[in-house]
Amino acid sequence: MSSESVSAVPPPAEPDDPSSAPTRRTFIATTTAVGGVAVAGGVVGGSFLVGSEEAAAAAPPASRVSLRVNGARRTVTVDNRTSLLDLLREHFGLTGSKKGCNAGACGACTVLVDGQRHNACLTLAVRLEGAEVTTIEGLADGDELHPLQQAFIDEDAFQCGYCTPGQIMSGVGCIKEGHTDSPEEIREWMSGNICRCGCYVKIVRAVEQTAGRK
Amino acid sequence: MRPSCFSYTRASDTREALDAARRGGRYIAGGTTLVDLMRETVERPESLIDISGLPLREVRATEGGGLRIGALVRMAEAAAHPKARALYPVIAESLELSASAQLRNMATIGGNIMQRTRCTYFRDVTADCNKREPGSGCAALKGHNRTHAILGTSDACVATHPSDVSVAFAALEATVHLLGPDGERRVPFADFLLRPGSTPHREQAIRQGELITAVEIPALPRPLKSGYLKVRDRQSYEFALTSAAVALHVRHGVIREAKVAAGGVGTVPWKLTTVERHLVGERPSAALWAAAADKAADGAQPLQYNRFKPELLKRTVERQLRVVGGMK
Repeated sequence: MSSESVSAVPPPAEPDDPSSAPTRRTFIATTTAVGGVAVAGGVVGGSFLVGSEEAAAAAPPASRVSLRVNGARRTVTVDNRTSLLDLLREHFGLTGSKKGCNAGACGACTVLVDGQRHNACLTLAVRLEGAEVTTIEGLADGDELHPLQQAFIDEDAFQCGYCTPGQIMSGVGCIKEGHTDSPEEIREWMSGNICRCGCYVKIVRAVEQTAGRK
Repeated sequence: MRPSCFSYTRASDTREALDAARRGGRYIAGGTTLVDLMRETVERPESLIDISGLPLREVRATEGGGLRIGALVRMAEAAAHPKARALYPVIAESLELSASAQLRNMATIGGNIMQRTRCTYFRDVTADCNKREPGSGCAALKGHNRTHAILGTSDACVATHPSDVSVAFAALEATVHLLGPDGERRVPFADFLLRPGSTPHREQAIRQGELITAVEIPALPRPLKSGYLKVRDRQSYEFALTSAAVALHVRHGVIREAKVAAGGVGTVPWKLTTVERHLVGERPSAALWAAAADKAADGAQPLQYNRFKPELLKRTVERQLRVVGGMK
């Protein structure tokens, strides 16, 4: 289960990355570099990627941190400003967790930290020494979806899908916390996850049914 | 926006934390406010001291029958704690009506009382704000001030304090425990959060480098009925337009103790001493709740877009007096 990976710059491809063909993400990254934006050497800082004006300046303060992400041990040195969300997305290639507001207001970045739902956007990565992080990518058991993932499909609990990983991770936390006795209780305890498509009725139903099966 | 650079250290004990703070570092606990404001560049600390590993995570009953909540207890932990729920439902309710489940899992009690205003002009570094940039002016005075304060305001600042549990702490007359280089001291909650006056950038009575170790709720006569009502633009996950924390001790049909404070209306959590005085010694009745609540907005100075607040405040207080007064 546990595999150790030490990330340096640039972030390495996932060991199990199936494709070596250009993806949308690598395509954007490549064209950006070709477009002339200097990417500073040193530490990857996620969305705080350093622009040309700072490229010449000294490397920003960075720290080394070891954590487990979906069971795999990771040791990285990151710019102190890097959020857990950016660590996951930009460093580890785990783009399931979404960046919506980047201010703790929408819940699209929700992950479990030591089993509790947190907003990854408001979590500084350097603070996670020894932490156990679970993202949407780590929820299924092999090919078997987590019951709440399956319930979202069965209930058709999304339209565009952007908020869905956060909704599901938050729902897993909500069920674990035991706040699922009624649709009203689920709505209150899921209120940190916003859905622009307005799929709340079906989201509540998916959480309710999964909780009921336990 | 991109936060400015900062160094980062983890404190393994309080001594280490205090030493690092003496060298100019800034404490970070849950980080839910600080990281957000750093991204907006409202906060630009050069050095962060991570205090989340310090042993300040205990909730316990005090000898006299009060409650001591460690500064690093998470909002969710405090709200779920059996002692807090049994002794002071108003605390548990105010916490559970705050923020979101995710944020309550992260944010601490100490950080909650230190959190900064949600005034949009404070959070917008291009706007004038005396709290953020002393002497620059207050854009809210003639701006969109619908959510702003009507009590405790000054010409320099009309921003509300956003914390809900602080309203409960103010009502119950809590004490803040502080640890500094010169030892411990205790500050009554009423003196901990500062009204803006001409120095709105000074928000707490905490000194540079001091660490909040706990918030203590004093013992109050039993049985004590209490609860929190929060009125807001949406049903959940929103800051208060008005709120009321109420605790009542009724014996032989007479109110012996009344603890009442309001949120969403003051530059600090607003203790309603006039309302309290009106209640003590009286017998609960609908007429009494209405008469007492009628004093809730005394001294209010509404702004252009929040003229609804004094009336909403009175109704909020009246309703919560009725709810708590009617509890079995």
